[in-house]
Amino acid sequence: MIDNTDTNKEKPTTTHKIGIYLWIWGLLFVLSFFSYMVDWFQFQGLLRWTLILTFMFLKAGLIMMFFMHLFWERYTLVNVLLWPMTAIACFVGLMVAEGKYTVFTRFIYFVLGE
Amino acid sequence: MDQSTLDKLPKGFKSIGSDFGTDQTAFKGVPWGKAMMWIFLLSDTFIFSCFLLSYMKGRASTVDSWPNPSEVFALDFMGVPVPLLLIAIMTFVLITSSGTMALAVKYGYERNRKLCGIFLVLTAIGGLTFVGMQAFEWSKLIHEGVRPWENPFGAPQFGSFFFMITGFHGTHVSIGVIFLFIFARKVFRGDFDTGKRGYFTTMKSDYVAIEILGLYWHFVDLVWVFIFAFFYLW
Repeated sequence: MIDNTDTNKEKPTTTHKIGIYLWIWGLLFVLSFFSYMVDWFQFQGLLRWTLILTFMFLKAGLIMMFFMHLFWERYTLVNVLLWPMTAIACFVGLMVAEGKYTVFTRFIYFVLGE
Repeated sequence: MDQSTLDKLPKGFKSIGSDFGTDQTAFKGVPWGKAMMWIFLLSDTFIFSCFLLSYMKGRASTVDSWPNPSEVFALDFMGVPVPLLLIAIMTFVLITSSGTMALAVKYGYERNRKLCGIFLVLTAIGGLTFVGMQAFEWSKLIHEGVRPWENPFGAPQFGSFFFMITGFHGTHVSIGVIFLFIFARKVFRGDFDTGKRGYFTTMKSDYVAIEILGLYWHFVDLVWVFIFAFFYLW
């Protein structure tokens, strides 16, 4: 058992080692560089989408977990934030289907109809 | 609520039920200002999501070809067009300012007044640089004939989505810069060490305000991650 009576005497204990921030900072730089390279080398198709989305979610996750301190927050706050975002993800799925249907009807009635 | 009381509470998924089941305070150990900032950021997430969703739907359902962002946002560097050069620099500037903000929060909690203030000013300068480069990008595209209703590159919807999404994000950055300067002044003046009462509130100033400001600033960076991926790279 670690004796944490000393740390409790300090007023706010929410401070973390500087190394964590520098590491995350560096990782964000590297990930941004990689996502720029996706465009630089002009990857296309499924490979491009996968890489873009992977780097995007990694960056977003790192920022939220460590810079915004969600990693150290209690589950109540984390869940209150993440479930509405899951609902947005479902909304995205619905709109992908809707967009495909709209472009399908436009091709049939506007492009082929002319 | 101090750390020793928090340590005695249930952990993991069980804590969700017990936290919501108690009186008055659902978010244990979270100052109300921080909880309110998170709830504001959640609502802001919905607004940005609606913009990005309408962009996705608009781009997916147009029969015209979408302008290639790699060419539209290319910048001539010594006569050679480099794809997305300005956007890449803007991304790195914003990430840098996010890092300095994280350090400002850290030094704020350690009651290191000087370093906290310096890093806040550095963050604000990063934000100003970002907004400046965005203004340059806007004027360049407007000179090339991009309008919310038409553009010379392809589908006419491109302009309205571009100006709406990057403009709304740029507004967030600008507001953030203003608050960064205000809070840097407060830090240097020592408001958070003496617990001086604020202008709009009767409550005592505390370094937790720097973390709340930090949450907003990291959120602005977070939104840029999504805009960069969906609008510029896709």
